[in-house]
Amino acid sequence: MIITFTLNGKDYKMDVDPAMRALDFLRDVMKMKSVKEGCSEGECGACTIILNGNAVCSCLLYAGELDNKDIVTSEGLGTPEKMHPIQEAFVEAGGVQCGFCTPGFVLSSKALLDKIPNPNEEEIKKALEGNLCRCTGYTKIIDSVELAVKKISQLKG
Amino acid sequence: MNKNGINFKAVGKRVNRLEGKEKVCGTSKYIKDLEFEDMVYVAIATANVAHGILKSINVEEAKASKGVVDVLTYEDVPGKNEMGDVVADYPALLKPGDKIAYVGDYVAFVAAESPELARQAAKKVRIDYKELPPVFDIDEAMRDKIVIHGDTNIKTHYVVKKGEYDPEKMFENCDLVLEGEFFADYQEQAYLEPQGVIAIIDLNNTFTVYGSMQCPYYVQNGVAEVLGIPYSDVRVIQTETGGAFGGKEDVPTYFAVPAALVANKLKRPAKLCLDREEDLQLTSKRHPIKSRYKVGVTDYGRIRALRCEAIGDMGGHGTLSPIVLWRSVVHAAGAYDIKNVSVDVYGVYTNKVPCGAYRGFGSPQVFFGVESMMDQIAQELKIDRLHIRQINALEKGKTTPTGHLLNEDIGAKETITKIRERSDWEQLQKEVDDFNKNHKYVKRGLGVSHIHYGVALGAMGQRLDASGAFVQVFKDGTIGIQIGGTEMGQGAKTTMALIASEILGQDISKIRVYQPDTAFVPDSGPTVASRTTLFSGNAVKLACEQLLIKMKTVAAGHLNVPKENIVVGEKCFYDHDNPDACISFHEVAQMSDTENEGLSATGWFKTPKLHWDVEKGFGEAYVTYSFATNVVLVEVDMLTAHVQVLKVFAGHDVGRAINLDGIYGQVQGGFVQGMGYALYEVLKHDDKGHLLTTNFNTLTIPTIQEMPEFEIEIVEAPFSKGPFGAKGIGEPSLIPAPAAIANAVSHAIGKRITQIPITKDYLLKVISES
Repeated sequence: MIITFTLNGKDYKMDVDPAMRALDFLRDVMKMKSVKEGCSEGECGACTIILNGNAVCSCLLYAGELDNKDIVTSEGLGTPEKMHPIQEAFVEAGGVQCGFCTPGFVLSSKALLDKIPNPNEEEIKKALEGNLCRCTGYTKIIDSVELAVKKISQLKG
Repeated sequence: MNKNGINFKAVGKRVNRLEGKEKVCGTSKYIKDLEFEDMVYVAIATANVAHGILKSINVEEAKASKGVVDVLTYEDVPGKNEMGDVVADYPALLKPGDKIAYVGDYVAFVAAESPELARQAAKKVRIDYKELPPVFDIDEAMRDKIVIHGDTNIKTHYVVKKGEYDPEKMFENCDLVLEGEFFADYQEQAYLEPQGVIAIIDLNNTFTVYGSMQCPYYVQNGVAEVLGIPYSDVRVIQTETGGAFGGKEDVPTYFAVPAALVANKLKRPAKLCLDREEDLQLTSKRHPIKSRYKVGVTDYGRIRALRCEAIGDMGGHGTLSPIVLWRSVVHAAGAYDIKNVSVDVYGVYTNKVPCGAYRGFGSPQVFFGVESMMDQIAQELKIDRLHIRQINALEKGKTTPTGHLLNEDIGAKETITKIRERSDWEQLQKEVDDFNKNHKYVKRGLGVSHIHYGVALGAMGQRLDASGAFVQVFKDGTIGIQIGGTEMGQGAKTTMALIASEILGQDISKIRVYQPDTAFVPDSGPTVASRTTLFSGNAVKLACEQLLIKMKTVAAGHLNVPKENIVVGEKCFYDHDNPDACISFHEVAQMSDTENEGLSATGWFKTPKLHWDVEKGFGEAYVTYSFATNVVLVEVDMLTAHVQVLKVFAGHDVGRAINLDGIYGQVQGGFVQGMGYALYEVLKHDDKGHLLTTNFNTLTIPTIQEMPEFEIEIVEAPFSKGPFGAKGIGEPSLIPAPAAIANAVSHAIGKRITQIPITKDYLLKVISES
């Protein structure tokens, strides 16, 4: 099946096995290794991507479902040399420990802040409740999102 | 200057995690992200029967399956067919005549061109076996009617005996004697990254194993023994590790062995990465422990005598059980000064999933028991629950329940005092009473717990308790550190960098801490037991101190002053008496290079021999102890049995806070993991010995919605042999949580909780009992 999609701002037209999981397509074909596999059934959120503005689990999607979609992975946000403000905030507020769940949390946070630039704690929890973290106990993840809000609003002046 | 009046440059500073940028951007290399040319993928075929004798293995159908390159059985094991690190009861591959001890025992390894094809073929491996009646219950296993290995299921029995320990006499002078029975069930580590390894034949024509792991040296030993090759021919490099919590202590060896056997036979790189369901079914858990306590006290709450008998469920293989249950026995009497102590802890085989290492290592289960007893005694005597801990707590000059004389200052009592103040304890109790008067169906409760934790491997593991480091200063003034301890999210790299920064005066941005590689640092023992700051930290400190002397000598030569006068600052080395005479760190590094000084050094740290009498269970159990106190506020819905932990006050004596942000992260994360154990995380087997809980749809771990509010107090009672006084925090963060939460729920409902996890079914039953 031929699909067209935008991945991290770049347009692609590709022949894909429509029954391949989007997670495998992104990791193995597109080499987006930030997309992690933690449970393969949509419970842990490690494979979160942003699909047309919404944070979704890529393990629950087929590659064919990416047709005509706009996809963002952590690779599209920033690099260690030039991080996105949300990524900076996770580093500075200690929202990262083992790091395996982190790209997923960053993307869920991005999808949230694109919709609600100044969320309250309940809104943050609601947006991140589909992402599991076993290391931090979540306090510093909330701190990270709150710091990201400040950073983004400062950038906007 | 910190509050103890010591002027640290780096120690105790809040800094960003050393490898944080790569982790948030997703560029860190975890095992699944690594690929090699011509790789084969490995899947494990298991016995799928809980108890039996293997008669034969048929791999024909599997071999003929699509994409299969080969199927390995016991005949393909060139070395020792044995994987257990502590107990020799775990064959790498079962052979006909061998005992099948649990459903996950290995019968064949399939190598195929893709992971899916390997998995599909593994299901086609057939075995013929004689089925034996299984034993799943620990009390039944204790009776030895069905025996799994050898001639008894009781693999370990450790004791602690102190003072008068005759059960008939030890309680004679007590005003009040209370008894209690408790059960703490399984817990799954649930690191987010499933286990995985790759074995390749490398540039040296020897084996390199990459993988997600805590203990590269265990993997090196295991692979060399099973392959029957020299240790020098196995090199193990840890990849970025997505959480471990004890679950990646010995267990990665059990996956490195299959991958290495395949790489050895096929001469191709072999990758074995588990999915969540395989991981949950094939890896060890926290031991279910049943405990019986009897505690005698004076009328004012001083403990006079404590007796505990406990049984731990080891599952089908011993793995690390003896050493885990030894930690149970040492900690079972709690963190108190008690004259008369008698503890017996047994470890028994059952035909279930093996139990092994998990953060806390056999201690959270017994602290749940002993700390429940403490709350009960306080209630009975109508004395304050923090006060009863305070009057029994350990301090310098007292002996632990194993008779270990504490000859240095410790912060046990200070954690209690600080938490009393921080929580505004009297006022908080009033608020909870008022709330409960005004609410019929929602009740609040306060729970307390106080714990100690023996840092590092202790008397029974001291043969492994030493660690090394190799540190270089490059000619551009940057610093490279290689240690034997692993980073798995806990912040070890950042802590090592802070220690080097403190000694060498350089900002941590100039310091790199490499992934551990067994080729460069001698066997440094496992990264477990909250020992990395103490052991690897001291090794790094020792190496940096040697480098500093070398660099000071070079600087002194250049500045023409005695080297004793040289001081290192962040930018330069300077003359103490004439600070204007200075030379930059970078320049000294460069000069050392041209002057052939060789700016590298190794550090090796070990601790003095501990004196322990294993028969009596008496003596110096561990080199030092960390202490903690929790006060927890919960809310219980009496109709639905929903429990929410609202607030946590956590006080921790860490010796010295080196990586302050890391400590906060450990305390919060450890507590929430302990909260999951106390409330939600149930693992169930079916009646054939298969785990029913095989993914996160049935294993409920805390989400962001369950997050409590934290107030944290860090106490610093420096340990003379710790780097700058540091002890350990990794496990003490979790250990007090289940006990404090169970006590809080008991307080809220007015009845005693005696089992964890406090499932809704169980809690409803307790609430509705008259």
